[in-house]
Order: sequence, then structure tokens, then C-alpha cells
Amino acid sequence: MAYTEEELKKELETKEYEYGFYTDIESDTLPVGLNEDIIIAISKKKEEPEWMTLWRLEAFKYWKEMEEPEWANVHYKKPDFQSISYYSAPNKKPKYNSLDEVDPELLETFKKLGISVDEQKKLAGVAVDIVMDSVSVATTFKKTLAEKGIIFCSISEAIKEHPELVKKYIGSVVPKRDNFYAALNSAVFSDGSFCYIPKGVKCPMELSTYFRINQAGTGQFERTLVIADEGSYVSYLEGCTAPSRDENQLHAAVVELIALDDAEIKYSTVQNWFPGDKEGKGGVYNFVTKRGLCEKNAKISWTQVETGSAVTWKYPSCILKGDNSIGEFYSIAVTNNFQQADTGTKMIHLGKNTRSTIISKGISAGKSQNSYRGLVQVNSRAENARNFSQCDSLLMGNECGAHTFPYIEAKNKTAQIEHEATTSKIGEDQIFYCNQRGIDTEKAIALIVNGFSKEVLNKLPMEFAVEAQKLLEISLEGSVG
Amino acid sequence: MAFESNVDIEHPVHDLRTEAMKNFELKGFPSKKEEAWKYTSLNSLQKIDFSIFPKEENALEYKEVKKYFLHEIDSYKIVFIDGIYSSYLSETTHDGVDICLMSSALTKPMYRPVIDVYFNKIASKDESLTTLNTAFSREGAYIYIPKNKMPKKPVEIIHFSTGNEASLLLQPRNLIIAEENAELQVIERHQSLTSNEVLTNSVTEIFAADNAIVDYYKIQNDAENASLIDNTYIDQKSKSAVSVHTFSFGGKLTRNNLNFYQNGQHVDSTMKGVTILGNKQHVDHHTLVHHIEPNCESHQDYKGIYGENATGVFNGKIIVDKIAQKTNAFQQNNNLLVSDKATINTKPQLEIFADDVKCSHGCTIGQLDEDALFYLQSRGIPKKEARALLMYAFANNVLASVRIPEVKARINKLIAKKLGVNLGFDL
Repeated sequence: MAYTEEELKKELETKEYEYGFYTDIESDTLPVGLNEDIIIAISKKKEEPEWMTLWRLEAFKYWKEMEEPEWANVHYKKPDFQSISYYSAPNKKPKYNSLDEVDPELLETFKKLGISVDEQKKLAGVAVDIVMDSVSVATTFKKTLAEKGIIFCSISEAIKEHPELVKKYIGSVVPKRDNFYAALNSAVFSDGSFCYIPKGVKCPMELSTYFRINQAGTGQFERTLVIADEGSYVSYLEGCTAPSRDENQLHAAVVELIALDDAEIKYSTVQNWFPGDKEGKGGVYNFVTKRGLCEKNAKISWTQVETGSAVTWKYPSCILKGDNSIGEFYSIAVTNNFQQADTGTKMIHLGKNTRSTIISKGISAGKSQNSYRGLVQVNSRAENARNFSQCDSLLMGNECGAHTFPYIEAKNKTAQIEHEATTSKIGEDQIFYCNQRGIDTEKAIALIVNGFSKEVLNKLPMEFAVEAQKLLEISLEGSVG
Repeated sequence: MAFESNVDIEHPVHDLRTEAMKNFELKGFPSKKEEAWKYTSLNSLQKIDFSIFPKEENALEYKEVKKYFLHEIDSYKIVFIDGIYSSYLSETTHDGVDICLMSSALTKPMYRPVIDVYFNKIASKDESLTTLNTAFSREGAYIYIPKNKMPKKPVEIIHFSTGNEASLLLQPRNLIIAEENAELQVIERHQSLTSNEVLTNSVTEIFAADNAIVDYYKIQNDAENASLIDNTYIDQKSKSAVSVHTFSFGGKLTRNNLNFYQNGQHVDSTMKGVTILGNKQHVDHHTLVHHIEPNCESHQDYKGIYGENATGVFNGKIIVDKIAQKTNAFQQNNNLLVSDKATINTKPQLEIFADDVKCSHGCTIGQLDEDALFYLQSRGIPKKEARALLMYAFANNVLASVRIPEVKARINKLIAKKLGVNLGFDL
């Protein structure tokens, strides 16, 4: 064969992180370390009401009692939580009315990222809430949304302006003491997005947040809260990138989705944090807690394309509390070089006639380890619960690993659960078939990987699907044309 | 502890035992906090004050226990009553092959070369219950099949507990070696005869050399006061084929730790199981297949039917090492939940480090097909029988690979009995 695995390996190794650049923006950064004073300082900087400060302090109390989880199939040097700066905000922080007022350097950053705000504004009709180093800098399309009664703003703004909603829902799906990282996030979260869709409203555009870790030595702890009131619909996009840096950066986010009766939330993520260089140095630790709650007839659909981060620890989950509610999880996780990913989902069936679908595609290359870890739980009162899970892994090269840890717990006799998993490599006969038809090996691999991921790519909103496809190509460049 | 007086310090494996004891003292009984014991709690067993060494020898009449033997065919028999060998009920041999006792294999110098090479070599040295067995086991079956030999008939290993002790802890230890081209069939059974508590913590080591064939059948149909922790370790060399069939119908708490290590190429490993439970029974199947060398295959197929308050656990783990290219590993776990209070927890797990492999696992939890049930009923088959027929069919493909027809017939009868029906045809 013209194209050997040796060549593939070499190409993958020499492939550099395209989004690795550092924008020199003055930042307002708190001293490193974590204690009650820091938390109070964060809260004060954000001009938060007292209940929020207390809420944070309580979370911090729980966090101190907790231990860092070790059950995941990932190995890394534990971050030193006392050497992280828990707050870093772009310094010149006017209250923008229009994009023109935004720091031109910041805009330049976005341009390099290819998500130029104004371009997106015009072309895609996407409202973007950008979180750069923890502070939401620009929120566009606010007015159009406001006409429909939709609230889309940064979480700190929401705390000030819509305290009743935040107070009611924050921590209701991911409690403060849920896990180590969720507790940490609850204590120190610096910003994030808030979204409320009123009763019966179908959000006219895709809402989008773009995260980016910029400042060295900062952890990003953003908090997202999406509430879809009865009968409403929203599609929410989230994308993440980080400049390349030698030390590991920590990212511990919490995302809470609440879908009330008959509501539907579609949450899509494209994650492209810096994965570390080819020696496995640097990269982002991505320890995220994402969970959604479905009331009656509600539907939550998670779609994720995970190509970045040195270590990923992420399980977007659905609690199917209401009768007839639906949970979906579509995932592509690509690991290369020394990346490690332990990702999957939890589907907790509590209500009657609840349904869930899990489609997970893992692609491992280089020396990476890629794990699917999932839980399907059917409780004793969840009559007629239905689940279908499929996890497929594709291995490229013989130094990587693919792992599957599906937990299935059924306590109701009417439950119907199917799980299937396969592991394979790209077949020589498949490549031969393409070669024979004049498609070179590189293109053939691209074709096959694309086909392998199609089921999930199809679930992404159009603009995102294009970007995701591009990312897949970058991540596996050399193997994918 | 008062164990010392019962332990022979001069014993050749004394050092192994001391080591094992140290490990157990360090680890203690596994708790639910450990991933491997997440779904099975040993708390209820730890509350019972088990006697470890039976005080007296007990005898049984053959006619009392005949039904527990595979009496339709002739077989070698190694029978233990309350952990003590019963020469009266047994039939051992040294005619070309050794089918005898662990205690004599451990003490007689002529077996020393074999013991040195094999004893405690594949059994885990840090899994706490296995080391507990290594520390205290005194008796069990010893089977050695030399090169190119095959015993004339299958071997039955049966453990009876008489209930003369209020609660008894048994720790049998079996060592089974099939040398090159050897072939062997073993049927193992644990049977408690009264309603007194019994806990068996058994360890079996099986070594299959090049081209050896070993079929092992575990019939777990004990009384519902008996608990069993069955640890089996299998070492396979090139082109060997080992199959283990586990039929779990009885017992209070059963935990099967079945571990296959493929230390050769072109190895074939098969593990199959039928589990049918009711009441408050709990069965936990933990399988591990470690593909260490290239070009090997493994096949797993476990079927479970859970009624009443029963709990079933399946945890199947397949590890494919980096050099184990061209591995074919298949795993299938199908479950029927027939009661609202029954629970099934399953975790089919793959850990793959090689790229040129075919690995798949499938897992389902479901109910009987209403249409199929209706079809049978419309043809005059009563509902209960129709259900039983469907359940029987559900479990049937596991039975297809049973190579001793009498064992198959016996299992069929046990299934019919467990399902509470007479299917009206000779199963």
C-alpha cells in the first residue's frame, strides 16, 4: 500500500495546533490560590447579591470535604488547586452597546478563530455570547431575542437582573455537592451563559456561546443555565478553543438544562481545547458536568464533537423525570497523540414511557486512550422505558486504546434496553475498494471516517456541522485528506 | 485467631499460604465501594459466624444423594462432604491419568514437580477472596491429564454440605492440568442438604497446554441458604480450547469470577451461561478474557431470566493487549425481566489496545414477545407453558454447545423445573 501507518503516524505527530496563539489583552486577574476571601472577592467583583455569595461559600465548604475522583480511565498529574488564578477578566470592560466598542484586539482574536462576531451575526443569524477567560464579553442579537421575551445573557447579568429565575434553578439539576468539580465550579464560577425561553416560544435562531481560555495559569469555570419553559424550543451551541501553552490549564464547567413540560432543548458542543503537543505536554484538562432535566413530554438532545483537550472527563446526562420524556446523546470523540478521553452519558429513566438513544463514536489515533462510559438506569416506576445504545470505536495505529464501560441497571420488567458496541479498524478491503475506483488512500480514509461519524454529524446544526467536519479533519490530519 | 493449630507449618505450600494470609488481612472482604463489587454486597454473609474447619466427619448414603450425580452415565467422582473427602462415594483413578485429591497431591513427593510448576501460578495473588482460599484451603480435586491422554469418562466434582454445623465455610481448591493434546470433561456441583447456612469460597485453576481441550460445566442449583463465591482461573496455551458453561438456578448469593488468560496463539475460549432466578436470589457473573497473544478468539454468551425479587449482575470484561492483533472477541448478554421487583445490572466492558481486531458486545434487557405468546396461546398452549416455552427457547442456544448429552438433558430438566412447568416433550 502506498500509504503506510508509519507515514500516518509521522504526519499526525508533526501536525501543529492551528488555534495556538496568545492574544495580548490586559487582564484583570486575581491572585492565585483558593480560600474564602478569594470567593468573596470574585463575588464582589461581579457585584453579586448576598445570597449568591453565601451559595458559593456553601459550595466551597462541600468542596473542601470532597476528594478528587479517580475512577475515570485517565491518568494525569493532579492540578494544584492553590496555584490557579480563579478569576481573569479582560481589563477594559465597558458595557458594550455595539460590537464597534469591543477591544479591537479581542475582535482580532475572534477573527483568527474564524468566528468573527460580526460575520456570524450577518451570515448565520446566530446570537453569540462570548466567554473569554470567564467573562462574557459580547452578547449579540439581544434585542431581537428580547422581543420574543427570550432572555439570553451572561450568568452574572442574570444573577443581577433575574435573580428569581437563577435562584430557583441554579444547582437544581447539578447540586453543589454533586461531584468534586461541580462543587469547585459552584464556588468559583466566574461567568457563563444564561438562557430562558418563555412558555410556548420557539427560539427563532440558534443561540451560541464561544469559550476560550486565554490567560496563562487561569482555570476556566463557566456556568451555563438553560431553562426552556413549557412548550418552548431552543437550540444551543457551544464551542471552545484554547491557545497552546506548556502547562496544563484547567477547565471545570457546569451546564444545567431544564426542559419543562413539552419543551425541547437541543444542546450542541464542539470542543477544541488545546490538546497538548505531540509529546503530550500541556493541553487543557476538561472536567465538565453537564446534565439536563426533562419534565413531562420534554426532550433534551446532547450532541458533542470532542476533538481537543489533553484529558476529557465529561458525561452529558439526562434525567427523564416526566412521563413520555426523551433523552438523546450523540457523540464523536477523537483522540490523537497523548490525549485521553473518558466520556459518555447517563440516562436516568424515572417517568413512564421514557425513551433514550445513545450513539457514540470514538476514534483513537497516535498514543491516545479513548473511553466510552455510560449509564442507563431504569427505575422501578419507569414503565415502558426504552433505550437503544450504540458505541462504535475506530482504532488507527496500534499504540492507542479504545475502551467501553457501559453500565446498565434495570429495575422494571417492562424496560427494553439494547446495547451494542463494536471495535474495528479501517478494513484493508474497504481501502482497496476505494483505491480500485481511483480514490487515493488518504481520501479513502477521510471518506470512511466521515461515514463512520455521519450519524452524529447529521445531528449538528448546519453551520456547526461544517465546522465539526473541519475539526475532524484537523484532528486526524494525515489520515483524513 | 485459632487457625494456627490447624495449619501445618511444615507443609510445602506453607509460604504461599502465609503470603496469601497477609494479603487477605490487608485487604479484608471486598466491599461495595470497590468497582468489581459494586452490585454485590457480602455484608449479610459477614454477619454469620461461619465455622471454618468442620469438627467431625459426616457420612452420606449413596441413595440419599444419587439424584445429584449424573447417574445416567458412568463417571469418575470426587466427592466431598462438608469439605472432607468421601472415599465411599468417590471413584478416583491413577490409570494413565491422575484424578484424585488435592491434599494428597500437595503432600506426596511424587506430585511435587507438578505442584511446583502449577499450584497458585495463575490464581490471583491480590484478590482478597482468592487469597483467603489460598491461605485456608486444604482439600479439592486434583486432575492431571498427561500428553495425548483422555480419561475414559467425564469427571464429577461434588461438594455436599450436611448442615451438621450451624453455618459452614467451605474453601475447596481445585487444580486441573491438561497437557499437550489432552482432553477432559469436568462437571462441578455444590449441594447443601439442609437449610443451614453454607458459604463456599472456591478456587479452581485450569491449565490447558498446546492443543488441549477442556470442557467445564458448573451446575449451580444449590438450596437457597447456600452462597457461593466461585473463582476460576484459566491459562491457555497455543491452539487450546477451553469452554466453561455455568448454569445458575439455585443458591442465595452466587458470585462467579471467571478469568481467562490466553497465553498462546490460536486459542479459543468459550464461556456461556444460563441464569434463571426467582425469590431473593442474587447471581453475579464476572468474566474476564485477557487476549495476550495474537490470532485468538473468545466467545461469550450469557442469558438471564430474572423473576420475583431476584437480582442479576453481569460484568464482562475483554482486554486486548497491544500485540494481540487479529483477535476476535464476542460477547453477548441477553436478559429477560419477568417481575417488577427483579433487577438486572449489566456492564459489558471492552478495553482494546490493538487496532486490527474484531470486538463486539451486545446487551439487551427485554420481555417476552407478546405476539409470539399470543401465537402459541392461539394454538392451544396454556399461557404458563407458552411463556416457559419461549423462555426455554431464549436460553436454548447456550445449551447447543454442551457436549455431554446427559448434561444437556439434566439442564433441560432443571430449566423446566425452575420455570415450574412440564413442557410435555423430552427436553
